[in-house]
Amino acid sequence: MLNYEELGFKAGLEVHQQLNTGGKLFCRCPTILRDEKEVRYTLRRYLRASESELGEIDRAAREEEKIDRKITYIGYDTTCLVENDEEPPRPLNEEALEISLVVASLLRMKVVDWVYVMRKTVIDGSNTAGFQRTAFVASDGVIESNMGDVGIDTLCLEEDAAQKLREDKGEVTYSLDRLGIPLIEMGTAAEIRSPMHGREIAEKLGMVLRSTGRVKRGIGTIRQDVNVSIRGGARVEIKGVQNLRSIEEVMEKEVLRQIELLKVRDELKNRGATAEREIFDLSDLLKSNSFAINLKGFNGFERLEKEFSDRVKKFGLEIYDLDKSDLARLKERMNIKEEDLVFLIEGEKKKVLNALNSVLDRAEAALKGIPEETRRALPDGTTEYLRPLPGSARMYPETDIEPVFIDPDRLKRILNNLPELIDERKKRYMEGYSLNEDLAGLIAKSEKFKLFEEIMEIYDLPATLVVRTLETTVQDLRRDRVKVDNLSKDHFISIFKNLAEGKIAKEGIPEILRFFAEDPDRYIDEVIERSGKMDLSGAEEIIEEIVQEKLDFIKERGKGSFSPLMGLVMRKLRGKVDGKVVGEILEKKISESVSQTDR
Amino acid sequence: MFNANEGNRVKIIKDGLEYRGIVMPSPKSKDTLVLKLASGYNIGIKIDEKTKIEIMGDEKFSISKPKRSLGERESEKTKRDLVKKSLPKVSIISTGGTIASRVDYRTGAVTSQFKAEDIMRAIPELSDIATYDSEIPFNILSENMSPKHWIKLARLTYDKIKKGSYGVIITHGTDTMGFTSSSLSFMLRTPVPVVLVGSQRSSDRPSSDSYVNAICAARVATSDISEVSVVMHGSTSDDFCLIHGGTKVRKMHTSRRDAFHSVNSSPLGRVIYPGLEIEEFQPHKRRGEEELRLYDKLEERCALIKFYPGADPNIIDFYVDDGYKGLVIEGTGLGHVSSEWIPQLKADIPIVITSQCIYGRVCDRVYGTGREMLKAGVIEGEDMLPETALTKLMWVLGQTDDLEEVRSLMQKNIVGEITRSSITS
Repeated sequence: MLNYEELGFKAGLEVHQQLNTGGKLFCRCPTILRDEKEVRYTLRRYLRASESELGEIDRAAREEEKIDRKITYIGYDTTCLVENDEEPPRPLNEEALEISLVVASLLRMKVVDWVYVMRKTVIDGSNTAGFQRTAFVASDGVIESNMGDVGIDTLCLEEDAAQKLREDKGEVTYSLDRLGIPLIEMGTAAEIRSPMHGREIAEKLGMVLRSTGRVKRGIGTIRQDVNVSIRGGARVEIKGVQNLRSIEEVMEKEVLRQIELLKVRDELKNRGATAEREIFDLSDLLKSNSFAINLKGFNGFERLEKEFSDRVKKFGLEIYDLDKSDLARLKERMNIKEEDLVFLIEGEKKKVLNALNSVLDRAEAALKGIPEETRRALPDGTTEYLRPLPGSARMYPETDIEPVFIDPDRLKRILNNLPELIDERKKRYMEGYSLNEDLAGLIAKSEKFKLFEEIMEIYDLPATLVVRTLETTVQDLRRDRVKVDNLSKDHFISIFKNLAEGKIAKEGIPEILRFFAEDPDRYIDEVIERSGKMDLSGAEEIIEEIVQEKLDFIKERGKGSFSPLMGLVMRKLRGKVDGKVVGEILEKKISESVSQTDR
Repeated sequence: MFNANEGNRVKIIKDGLEYRGIVMPSPKSKDTLVLKLASGYNIGIKIDEKTKIEIMGDEKFSISKPKRSLGERESEKTKRDLVKKSLPKVSIISTGGTIASRVDYRTGAVTSQFKAEDIMRAIPELSDIATYDSEIPFNILSENMSPKHWIKLARLTYDKIKKGSYGVIITHGTDTMGFTSSSLSFMLRTPVPVVLVGSQRSSDRPSSDSYVNAICAARVATSDISEVSVVMHGSTSDDFCLIHGGTKVRKMHTSRRDAFHSVNSSPLGRVIYPGLEIEEFQPHKRRGEEELRLYDKLEERCALIKFYPGADPNIIDFYVDDGYKGLVIEGTGLGHVSSEWIPQLKADIPIVITSQCIYGRVCDRVYGTGREMLKAGVIEGEDMLPETALTKLMWVLGQTDDLEEVRSLMQKNIVGEITRSSITS
């Protein structure tokens, strides 16, 4: 295993969490995602970097602008003129601000006195306006962890971007449903000591966010970016890490990439490699619009070649595979030696030249070390080049929105009413209800934790049974495609009430939930009726039948026949009678049969 | 209360926390300081007795021209483009609407650019269409425009055309663009295109409609459509701009890009973006068809009154007593006011009736009230927009004070403001 301390490993996390608010951050549209098929209208637009972005200030915007793109937006009956960039934004969503203040308080952060909304320039099309609205809310907090506490430098409240649906032939399509959903963006200090530590911190931050009970859950509602560097390397930002396990893997693989690239640099130095800015026009020798560069001394570094091809890919071009006869023809013209690496691209001239220049930029950087850049996480834990790191100066005030004063009394009120952290709740459940760690954790992080406590307060039932019913059983049913979203608090309470009164058996719960899910407006009495509650005499009949059928088996196995027969009986009764009662009857019948045959 | 000034680089210590940044223009209340952090974010800090402020240095705030990323070559190219001989010469008159602007990311200040060279740098495509000279007669928001400004604009446009402009572009705030375009339509007879253009999204944002609008306006200014027109987005997408006749156009939405509509008439045509092909929907005046003329007299003492249920007719006496020379009423439906207003309508000044329906033609011969209004002397404004009826009345009263002549001119089409028949669109 790598010694991360020795490597000078430094890492930070940036977490983006969608908030579960009634409206979006700057309009009143609901914060729900839609299916593309539900489209109501489309818009086609172009974005243009305004003059100063093309100055020295922002290299990321400049590079994006080089790629000429037509943008299509898809809108729904849940998106409005604000998302369309056709109406000024409404005032900052108070509910979202409140949640961000709660999170800031949970992380012991210092909240600013006035929150100012800024415009952060983003011209890839993901924001219809060409900028993302974002506001700095708090700084200087801390998250505690077993492997060491980590500072939380910033907490910002911002609007989510539109979701990219597809991109082809210089045309990109975005869906407007996600645009404007409130997001909390938190950045940690670069104090993460190892990939495993990184994972732990991400888990803890997720736990704190979910403890508010007011964040969105499910795939895509929380996104992590990772910042990694090692000594002698460079700060590399990796976007879109999908889950917690990947955080660890992505960090590990980035360290390996940087180690290897540093080795490559040393070897390039040894060889005296150079990145000469000469682009050869080979249209006369090969196809028209063929251009090539010769990177002297760059041959034989697989890792670096991938970095080069990532750059070319960004322009939608492919590297031409040179065969021997091609090489022979070019050898003289381009003065190619054994250790040289040749790139040949064919296509639209402007694009090809931009792509080759981008490769040359990367080659120049390779001679110095590792370039600072933004990369995209891939499903296998590796990354690919996305763009240079954005400059810090891409922000200017959102003049359409008034700054918001954060009253100290409001902060005090929030501090006095902070939600219980899920981790603390879990501990409380383990101690108070003697739940094991898994079940305690399951219900502590569940949206139904309050219902659980309420049920435990009223009814004398085993906590394990209540948690399993609320969580495991419901999950099983969901997997069976039962519409469990129809199940309400009242359904569960009525079930537990009847259970506590002995009117139903615990084995019957899944069946009753199934009925409620299908027909949520029924009263439990009807459901019990319909799910065929059986009186004991009926059960006895069925048990008797089975015992008669399996008489030989009973004779053979004696009391050992109980377990296999119990399974059979319960399947037949389908949980309509309490298992304990069934067990008693069956046991009695078996011993009767055994003693009969003895006679 | 504190000693830091705009532009100071400061360190602020409050409640044990240190903030570093540049002091931004701060609100009037003396106890709050707006700080731009290194990350680019602004925050507001309430300064109390315990807050410590330390001044670390100064940041120059003057907005300098940014260095071109592509080096000097580019600016030489721009200069060369400006004098490209083969391209027609177009005049840009800026009135305060921003056709091109620049953001200073340190201060957040947005500066409008009016010099031809600056505009060209912000919208390089313009230099493929024409060469430009530019002039800024005044710099105001369009709600602050007045007939005096319209006259000034008419005269300036006249001068530009006289000096040989192949077309004139007037950049204008959108709120009152329809008033300006209709008043210019009456004051100028032009042998070349005169195009008003603006934007609904400010040009400091990458999504601004100003780029497409400006490019399409330049296309129209160099076309054969030699009328006063308004060129603005025709849809919410960046796919075409409509060319509206100057007397028939109205802003019909507070914020959308396609807010401008031609009312009671189809637009003159449209410009497809990005191909810049022009499609014509209506016959128009050809280049050189009209001789250049200027009728720059307006009677400013005219008013536009909106009638509503229960409205007090004394409003007419108020204007008459105050010396007003003409009134336009925005009546209900076919052009009505309540019968209570009839005595006041008998005033000695011309009173033109239009409709708050906006769409359609007035007709006061259908109902009794209307017939009484006609008897009292009101002039039917046909299918003119109320705003156009106002600017026309100002212009007509600037040409004559003969009441019968006024009546006849108001009901006669002069520059496309009245259509012969109400078309189905």
